[in-house]
Amino acid sequence: MDTRELYRDVILDHNRSPRNFGRLEPADGAALGHNPLCGDSLSVTLRVRDQTLSELRFNGQGCAISVASASLMSEAVTGKSLEEIAALYQDVHGLLTDGQYAPRRPLGKLMALAGVREFPARVKCASLCWHTLNAALAQRAAAAPSTVSTE
Amino acid sequence: MSTPLAHSTRAHAERQPVFSAERVRADFPILAREVNGHPLVYLDSAASAQQPRAVLEAIDHYATTMHANVHRGVHTLSQQATAAFEGARERVRRFINARSCREIVFTRGTTEAINLVAQSWGGMHLKAGDEVLITHLEHHANIVPWQMACAAHGARLLAAPLTPQGGLDLDGFRALLSERTRMIAVAHVSNALGSVLPVAEIVALARQRGIAVLLDGAQAIAHRHVDVSALDCDFYTFSGHKVYGPTGIGVLYGRESLLAAMPPWQGGGDMILTVAIDSSSYNDLPWKFEAGTPNISGAIGLGAALDYLEALGPEAVHRHEQQLLAEATVALQTVPGLRLVGTTADKTGVLSFTLDGVHPHDIGTLLDAEGVAIRTGHHCAMPAMTYFGLVATARASLGCYNTGADIGRLVAALLKVREVFG
Repeated sequence: MDTRELYRDVILDHNRSPRNFGRLEPADGAALGHNPLCGDSLSVTLRVRDQTLSELRFNGQGCAISVASASLMSEAVTGKSLEEIAALYQDVHGLLTDGQYAPRRPLGKLMALAGVREFPARVKCASLCWHTLNAALAQRAAAAPSTVSTE
Repeated sequence: MSTPLAHSTRAHAERQPVFSAERVRADFPILAREVNGHPLVYLDSAASAQQPRAVLEAIDHYATTMHANVHRGVHTLSQQATAAFEGARERVRRFINARSCREIVFTRGTTEAINLVAQSWGGMHLKAGDEVLITHLEHHANIVPWQMACAAHGARLLAAPLTPQGGLDLDGFRALLSERTRMIAVAHVSNALGSVLPVAEIVALARQRGIAVLLDGAQAIAHRHVDVSALDCDFYTFSGHKVYGPTGIGVLYGRESLLAAMPPWQGGGDMILTVAIDSSSYNDLPWKFEAGTPNISGAIGLGAALDYLEALGPEAVHRHEQQLLAEATVALQTVPGLRLVGTTADKTGVLSFTLDGVHPHDIGTLLDAEGVAIRTGHHCAMPAMTYFGLVATARASLGCYNTGADIGRLVAALLKVREVFG
């Protein structure tokens, strides 16, 4: 077990200086995610223009994996169409859970999360932000407040 | 020729063999394994303690020589299983000095024991406007059952404040007592911080006012002398796996007069005397509260664990753990940015801490890579974490088998965490 695979420089950098940290007000979509295992919570607020995610901010407390994953996600999804984001989510999910998974598109810096799958107890830390993003997009679609959980 | 003094010292030494954690370690087979290429350092006994060979052998002996259902058969195995199961109950009674085996109810664990009291006792005694008093440092198992009972009967749940060191603020506790208080349910020892609560004072306050008291002893039973008659509490609960026994078995001690008046909790076999379609009559104590086939091997394992602890000498174990706690408290503070949470003078071997700039989850993963097992998170005590403005801590907890070398490995691993996170 090599923890350097988990705590790569990109992860440590995004944990120390998270990008797009904060809150959008007003927002088109918002959701709060919880990890009951550790009590961590994460909020996502976002704006959508013409079926494209124009801005995203995240906020909350979490471990290095969850903060870095949210920070990397915020960079990866900004400026992408909702359709592209749905496909990206599938690729990240595969990357985190399936050692054999071949992403359908270049994932760039998100590949730094590949080490997480060797640490099953930590997969939820990395996926919380993506679940919360999905909930925020669903909330935008339904225009109702929403809470998600990794359980 | 020996003087009377030398003679008495030698006699004392014979009664109380010198405690050796190294020798104790050899009794626990799991401690010989490696984790991630390192010899295991197990510092998570507050979550679940390991089992000595004596416990594993008692369970194996039961399963291989006498397993059958209890209280049912006239055949030899059933009689032997019943004798072993009821023998374990008597073992528990002696260990906590209850007056009678009728006061010892086997449960699945502390959680089930508290739920039993909250529902059975609560259903009988809680009315609209009544209050149940707990503290801010309770385990969720001593919060949620009371929330449920209070909601069912229109009662209110109040939580007493804490001191900055993580102990109970006794004045604040006293201020919350009123003529509406029906039940005081508090931890004997905090699982998240290790603080020992002033249970003698709490019980005295309750007695003066005719309030019932439940003590959650899950974190005390392996580390403090527990005498329920001396404590004079109404209910005392603990789990087998916190005291070097198996999981899935626990104990509810209840004052006989209270248990006798309480309605059964779960219905089924073993808890009845007669059953007709329209009504049943209930069994005597303690079986009235033990519906269904019990965890027979668990109870036998628990009995063996109490035998084991008694043979080690609870006083000697206590001294060893306190010495190690003092050593660890000093050693941990050499790690840059480490802050201990829970620093009361009277505490068990629990070291809850935070590390500047590093989330407890990351500490836990990096320590595991070094073979060091600790607990990270909210420790099922979210209100206690919130009280101190925290989401989570890292927690190292000590057992009878831990040594100074374990503390050395913990500190070395924490210094590696510092290297990774800067």
